[in-house]
Amino acid sequence: MDGLSQSHTGRSGFPPAYLDRVGSSFTDFLASAAPDLLPGRRPVPQIPVGDLTPHGTTIVAVTYADGVLMGGDRRATMGNLISSRDIEKVYPADSWSVIGIAGAAGIAIEMVKLYQVELEHYEKIEGLTLSLDGKANRLAQMIRGNLGAALQGLAVVPLFAGYDLDAAPGTTPGRIFSYDVTGGNYEERGYAAVGSGSLFAKNSLKKTWRTGLGGDAATRTLVEALYDAADDDSATGGPDPVRRLYPIVYRVDAEGAVRLADDEVAGVAKTVIDERAAAEGQG
Amino acid sequence: MTMPYYASPEQLMRDRSEYARKGISRGRSVAVLTYAEGVLFIAENPSSTLHKVGELYDRIGFAAVGRYSEFESLRVAGVRLADVRGYSYNRRDVTGRVIANAYAQTLGEIFTQQMKPYEVELCVAEVGDSSETDQLFRLTFDGSIVDEPDFVVMGGQAEAVTGHLRDNFRRGLDLGEALMTGVRALSAVSPARSGGDGDGSLLAAGQLEVAVLDRRRPKRAFRRVVGAALGTLLGDRAAGEASEGATAAHTPSTPQPGTPAGLGDPAAPDTAGGTGGSGEGSGPQSGPADGEGGGTDGGTDGGARS
Repeated sequence: MDGLSQSHTGRSGFPPAYLDRVGSSFTDFLASAAPDLLPGRRPVPQIPVGDLTPHGTTIVAVTYADGVLMGGDRRATMGNLISSRDIEKVYPADSWSVIGIAGAAGIAIEMVKLYQVELEHYEKIEGLTLSLDGKANRLAQMIRGNLGAALQGLAVVPLFAGYDLDAAPGTTPGRIFSYDVTGGNYEERGYAAVGSGSLFAKNSLKKTWRTGLGGDAATRTLVEALYDAADDDSATGGPDPVRRLYPIVYRVDAEGAVRLADDEVAGVAKTVIDERAAAEGQG
Repeated sequence: MTMPYYASPEQLMRDRSEYARKGISRGRSVAVLTYAEGVLFIAENPSSTLHKVGELYDRIGFAAVGRYSEFESLRVAGVRLADVRGYSYNRRDVTGRVIANAYAQTLGEIFTQQMKPYEVELCVAEVGDSSETDQLFRLTFDGSIVDEPDFVVMGGQAEAVTGHLRDNFRRGLDLGEALMTGVRALSAVSPARSGGDGDGSLLAAGQLEVAVLDRRRPKRAFRRVVGAALGTLLGDRAAGEASEGATAAHTPSTPQPGTPAGLGDPAAPDTAGGTGGSGEGSGPQSGPADGEGGGTDGGTDGGARS
């Protein structure tokens, strides 16, 4: 509680740490001012607890001519149970980047929240946005801090994508970074997927994705990859017309990160389903 | 042997006040005005990198005069407080009042307990859902806090500027009118404007730092008005472009590669027209993801969301 009372200023002014003009990282600041708020600072469970927590599953990202798209299914599972049908696993990280998460949902969502504040905090203090590589690196450091929990079944594996404002002319401005549980940070070419259905999603993309796709065609490959993942992976949810739940898709281009309207994604999902049905399930 | 001497507490406080006041009065002035769509910050500040105006949180802005290093560390503390509170509770639980209180306590403590008081004066502004709920807090070097209704003026010539504003300010001005009112008031006392005394000329765009908290923006209301957008608002007023100019200030755009949104070269502004004639309220446009406005340019068309 000591940490929380530290953040309860207002009655006695700013604690000394707040006036200390060092660093523009929110995580670093919390580590000194209120460490109990950080996900990596808690005792790691002694036994594997992976089956006790909801897990998020497939996230897919594809680049296209003007930027990058990221989408995720809506299912979270807990062992053999479906714990949520409408969970959101893709979030905007800031105006020019998005983050999708697979793994232990509780820690993952906390990490996304922290990461969003981290980027905004830097922007406000420095008056500049971090470079895309800087943002990707920062995320790797946060994953690294979670390694202990990851070994007890609470792994969090994000996928990060953004529009590179510094991209050289002629190169594609949309870039994708994937991670492993140890915080390894790898830039991906073209497309990437994480989560339990990633194998099937990547296989699907291998056949459908091409360099220089337009926005609509890229959206189609992304939704189709999620459909294929849901087809073969029990932990990934497909489009659900009964409940009107469709994958969440974000587009990041020169205009910034925008979530595609449900109707738009529903339309694409319907096309995919209709074509599969027309091929009598052989698509 | 030195003689121990006694100074009464009154004398001490008076000396410190005088010291702080002197420091502040050397600086240029900042005006914070409410207008129809939010709060407008106008600072006379020839530097484009050492800001006197900044963003604290989604709906909360900050303006200061005095010693840069001192108010900058206070600004950072405010951002930290806001972010920690927003992170541990909810974004809605961060209010201007909480931050203003923390400033008041801190300034008061420094004023009474340290040798040298901070030579700063601050304004914390929060934009609400309607102009009735906009709040302006003015904080002085000794930790006093005042809740001002319409505008706050701080800095060297504060009284003269306040007098000028008291005569000319009206509630519910649009952005362009409010900006002109503020700039006229600042120019009336500034030695830095282009002409000499009394010729009615105004401060140029390069000598001004302008930002708004625009209540129509979805989440992060703070936005700097720079470059061509500022020029339009300042220059073409006579042509009756009031509303159009105001819209242009919120037009989405593509920043130059390599420059962070809104902070580029004033000659290559992030605003006013953007790409391909978008903007000017040309129908619904895809803004950035709701909630991630981006400090200076989220590419959001304020008009399309109003």
